[in-house]
Amino acid sequence: MNTPSNAVPESSLNSQAIAPAAMSATRPMYWSVRRELWENRSIYVAPLAAAAVVLLGFLIGQMYMPHTMREPAEMDPAHQLAMPYSHAAWLLMLTAFIVGVFYSLDALHGERRDRSILFWKSLPVSDLTTVLSKASIPLVVLPLLVSAIIVVTLLIMLLLSTAFQPLTGVGASTLWARLPLFQMELVQIYSLAVLALWHAPLYGWLLLVSGWARRATFLWAVLPVLAICAFEFIAFHTSYFGSLLKNRLFGFASDAFSFTGPDGVPLDPHLILLTQLTPGKFLSTPGLWLGLGVTAALLAAAVRLRRYRGPI
Amino acid sequence: MAYIEARGLRKVFGATIAVDGVDLRVEEGRILGLIGPNGAGKTTALNAILGLTSYQGELRVLGRDPWTERDQLMRDVSFIADVAVLPRWIKVSQALEYVAGVHPRFDRAKAEGFLAKTNIRSASKVRELSKGMVAQLHLALVMAIDAKLLVLDEPTLGLDILYRKQFYDSLLNDYFDRSRTIVVTTHQVEEVQNVLTDLMFINRGRIVLNCSMEEFESRYLELMVNSEHLAAARALRPIHERQVLGRSILLFDGVDRQQLAALGDVRTPSIADLFVAVLGNQGGAAQGAAL
Repeated sequence: MNTPSNAVPESSLNSQAIAPAAMSATRPMYWSVRRELWENRSIYVAPLAAAAVVLLGFLIGQMYMPHTMREPAEMDPAHQLAMPYSHAAWLLMLTAFIVGVFYSLDALHGERRDRSILFWKSLPVSDLTTVLSKASIPLVVLPLLVSAIIVVTLLIMLLLSTAFQPLTGVGASTLWARLPLFQMELVQIYSLAVLALWHAPLYGWLLLVSGWARRATFLWAVLPVLAICAFEFIAFHTSYFGSLLKNRLFGFASDAFSFTGPDGVPLDPHLILLTQLTPGKFLSTPGLWLGLGVTAALLAAAVRLRRYRGPI
Repeated sequence: MAYIEARGLRKVFGATIAVDGVDLRVEEGRILGLIGPNGAGKTTALNAILGLTSYQGELRVLGRDPWTERDQLMRDVSFIADVAVLPRWIKVSQALEYVAGVHPRFDRAKAEGFLAKTNIRSASKVRELSKGMVAQLHLALVMAIDAKLLVLDEPTLGLDILYRKQFYDSLLNDYFDRSRTIVVTTHQVEEVQNVLTDLMFINRGRIVLNCSMEEFESRYLELMVNSEHLAAARALRPIHERQVLGRSILLFDGVDRQQLAALGDVRTPSIADLFVAVLGNQGGAAQGAAL
């Protein structure tokens, strides 16, 4: 992992004049992101631990409860086979969301709390680079990492199923033929991208609060929002703000996926296939672009705020 | 070009004026000691110089506005703000890697050379190091950066005497040269007296004394006066007088050495004594002077 530091030969005399300008754009960003991973190991430990729990549970399920797989169900057998895989993937995505939320709440607060902001500010890294590197954790790093973990986890689950197929009674060929694993993995990667884009303003808000609040970042992030909801309900007996929030949390689903078949039949939400993805509709939702605009504004505010902020 | 140039530098926090119209010019190759009581405005002034706080008035550091160009400025400026700002979770090896990654003028081999002379292992985390070792680590990082200006705000606070001595020794022997400038604030003035080239006293946000050490040595003399000459000595208008073991010690500003030598023992005063004299004359201003 040392190669990037050797990649730019800054020690040679000729390049010394060029190096500062050349490195300014990407290297501080790269190292700032690595720094986040050093400090916050939960970014990869938590999804890996969740994957381990999923795999262990699946393994035990395969060993002790083979009957459930054999019982004839009214459900389509492919769907029945796919269920544990789908649930595993959604569990990992939920883990990524939780890690992203708590990471963001601490990202700009921790460095002020432990006074290390004075050390970071003594280095030629701009506030913009710092804030963007922190925002990239929930928006880029976690989705990529969890995509990879999901791909590997689902593969291991398939291999486990194959190994236990004499017990479960599902033939390996049936399993491999009926389970649309590759499709499912592509759908999960798509979903992670959709979630990151749709939830971006949430992370932007959390980062801003973590840069602003002196203490209790979680309360500052949540209580004002609840207060607005309560105020609106008491004063006007409406809940527009609440629906706005709900839409920001879950509203991506109706735009990014289609849950009705071509003949108008509702489809099983547990197993989403490639044909059900509607990226065009998602990308043309005004809510998405509005959200991204709000994210940019929140991050810009966080950048500006960091300039004024010292240790707490 | 002056490394630091300030005109009418001012910083107000609510009703408190932390820095009150400071004019300052620091050239290259200087070691400036900024001395003042707690709350005198030293740290605020340094923070303005380092781009950590906004200010009013004119300020240029290496030709840049520190408040708007901090990240650019930090290629040529290093600072140790306090002994305890290295993040506690970071490993020594990670700190080296990170600074090498983001700083174009960091010489990793040099930093490793400094660390090799200490007991700091590269696998240790900062939280596992003693206070003195953290200071050594920070100093090793900073000394391996080829900066023009180094700012040290109470760099040896809380360190024991061995570390403090080593700190200034390595700074002078391994780091300082005539193309760099160091600005240091400290309460341990006796330790820096022989290190400084320039001296500045700051009190209540204003500069009350600003001179080079040559000037300091030629201008200020301390006379341990023989009791029979006390009246004659007082007639020369000392700026300060104190009693030590029954003898009077008088501090003079700009009085001829020969003239004083006839009245008793003459020597260069310590910075601390001059500080007390200068601030004492400001009418109780020295209260809380932590010297």
